Amino acid sequence: MTLFLRTSLAAVAISVVTGLSAVAMDISGAGATFPFPIYAKWADTYKKETGNGLNYQSIGSGGGIKQIKAKTVTFGASDMPLKPEELMEAGLVQFPTVTGGDVPVVNLEGIKPGELVLDGPTIAKIFLGEIKTWDDPAIKKLNPKAKLPSQAIVVVHRSDGSGTTFIWTDYLSKVSPDWKSKVGASTAVEWPAGIGAKGNEGVANNVIQTKGAIGYVEYAYAKQNKMTYTDLINKDGKSVAPDAESFKAAAANADWANAPGFYQILTDQPGAKSWPIAGATFILMHKVPEDAAAASEALKFFAWAYDKGDKAAEELDYVPLPDSVVALIKKTWAAEIKSADGKPLLN
Amino acid sequence: MAIDNAARDSAETRLAKALFGFKLRDNAFHLLTLAAAWTVLLLLGGVIVSLVAGSMPAIKAFGFNFLTSEAWNPVTEKFGAMAPIYGTVVTSLIAMIIAVPIGLGIAVFLTELCPYVLRRPIGIAIELLAGIPSIIYGIWGLFVLAPFVQEHIQPGLIAFFADVPVLSMLFAGPPYGIGMLTAGVILAIMVLPIMSSISRDVFETVPAVLKESAFGIGCTTWEVVRFIVIPYTKVGIIGGVMLGLGRALGETMAVTFVIGNAHKITASLLAPGTTISATIANEFTEAVGDLYTSALIELGLILFVITFFILAISRYMLMRMHQQEGR
Repeated sequence: MTLFLRTSLAAVAISVVTGLSAVAMDISGAGATFPFPIYAKWADTYKKETGNGLNYQSIGSGGGIKQIKAKTVTFGASDMPLKPEELMEAGLVQFPTVTGGDVPVVNLEGIKPGELVLDGPTIAKIFLGEIKTWDDPAIKKLNPKAKLPSQAIVVVHRSDGSGTTFIWTDYLSKVSPDWKSKVGASTAVEWPAGIGAKGNEGVANNVIQTKGAIGYVEYAYAKQNKMTYTDLINKDGKSVAPDAESFKAAAANADWANAPGFYQILTDQPGAKSWPIAGATFILMHKVPEDAAAASEALKFFAWAYDKGDKAAEELDYVPLPDSVVALIKKTWAAEIKSADGKPLLN
Repeated sequence: MAIDNAARDSAETRLAKALFGFKLRDNAFHLLTLAAAWTVLLLLGGVIVSLVAGSMPAIKAFGFNFLTSEAWNPVTEKFGAMAPIYGTVVTSLIAMIIAVPIGLGIAVFLTELCPYVLRRPIGIAIELLAGIPSIIYGIWGLFVLAPFVQEHIQPGLIAFFADVPVLSMLFAGPPYGIGMLTAGVILAIMVLPIMSSISRDVFETVPAVLKESAFGIGCTTWEVVRFIVIPYTKVGIIGGVMLGLGRALGETMAVTFVIGNAHKITASLLAPGTTISATIANEFTEAVGDLYTSALIELGLILFVITFFILAISRYMLMRMHQQEGR
């Protein structure tokens, strides 16, 4: 990274953080916007219980990765996990906190939430612009009973880079070779069709306003706004609805133990009940943090969140990690995050 | 005599002292203001240097192709600025086509035709429009204007121009509501206050005696505006238009909400597009990787250059006009 970028990011970070860091023992973190509500909620309760605060700046996953690499924050947060070799290179440790996922939402007259079922390859074709109308044979075949209009499909996608988009495009890449070769997976991609809207609320609003629209929003968003979601056919060929149960199933069925650096994307996981477009959100920390005291405070905070934060997460429609995964994470902390003299930071 | 001399000496020294003091203060003031002026230049230079430095990876990777390529693919890290440049220029043009006549119209009405009681309220209303933050225009555009355009304006445009050769291409495609045209309309509303208040201010500088003489020889209000007010103030008007254009080119949030954010160049004004500033605002936070970030910074550099050239051209035009007036 150029000096310019590093200094400008540091300047941004300083200006963002100084305003809030009046209390000495505050932990600073920055990154993904998706987990912001739950981190804020946890931080609030944690402060009441322990007196220690947390500054979390939801500046986006890309920003979180840059900030932790520049060492301007104690932890970074990203919805897109870094690959093990990238973690190695930057001397970082990565672990998931909560899971969520993407839900396809539609605007079709006479179709109620859950009345329509789609599968990955069909969604890929819709988003590639190959399926152009709702009465296309591919959609009809999946929904023999539904009354599908011969209406043009308006694809709505995110215009801003986003972890939600990463999960969505990662899923499409897994289920459609065409999508993988033509578009690929990232927080922002070159969309072959449709209109881009800013944020979950932008996508939701455009879907609500445009007849025949299909878009994707984060699960909590679809639920809280009572949007018309569709069911999906998962890897095991079963039709599942997006709810806490199917998200939990996806997280539990993933093979975390054999994923170095917790590099595990929860899309297209096996299991009869698994929601196919689930995803976890991740925390990034340095293996040997410069400020060991702050890092150990951060680990204490996350340990507290794993132990006591599940209810708060569920209330906000996030899905807590299975206990087995939390045990793995704590083991990783003990083994990998150390002070300069080689002692584990969390006792 | 000795006493006189002594008195004169002391008066002279006092005078010299006072003058020296004035000189010192003047010099200090001169230096202070000079420093202030230089600060601007240094800041500008700093911005240019850091933009160029930040864009170097993208410039090295894509070279001149960056300007002509329509690709924008973060996955394969292939970037080109053609679509955002096109969108920036087209939306600003639409905004100017709508806002210049309306802005001038408002100004003419306020200075020449409006009853005195209404001048202040209308003037204040226009300044309030200018004070609204752009994000509010964006939200209003997304929730109110876009659905209205989608339901009531775009279908009409598409049907009306369906058989007209060139215009049918400009107004083609499904009515999404959001798109280049809606973005242009929002921009027009946003630059309107700047243009109308600047034009109003310069119209008010026309000496009353000029207008009175014109009315005296039997000119109509139209003729006074056309042949006295506008020629007298055209430099100021162009300045106002250029300021408005500057805002339209760089406007970010409002455009991001309503333009549709598609990295594509389409002939139709109803299709979604993107602008340079909307692309930067949308993608900067999640831009992972140096090349991606660098491409966004290079977009910023391009916007900087475009704005610089437009201001330079307007300066040149003003210069030409001054010279012609001299003849």
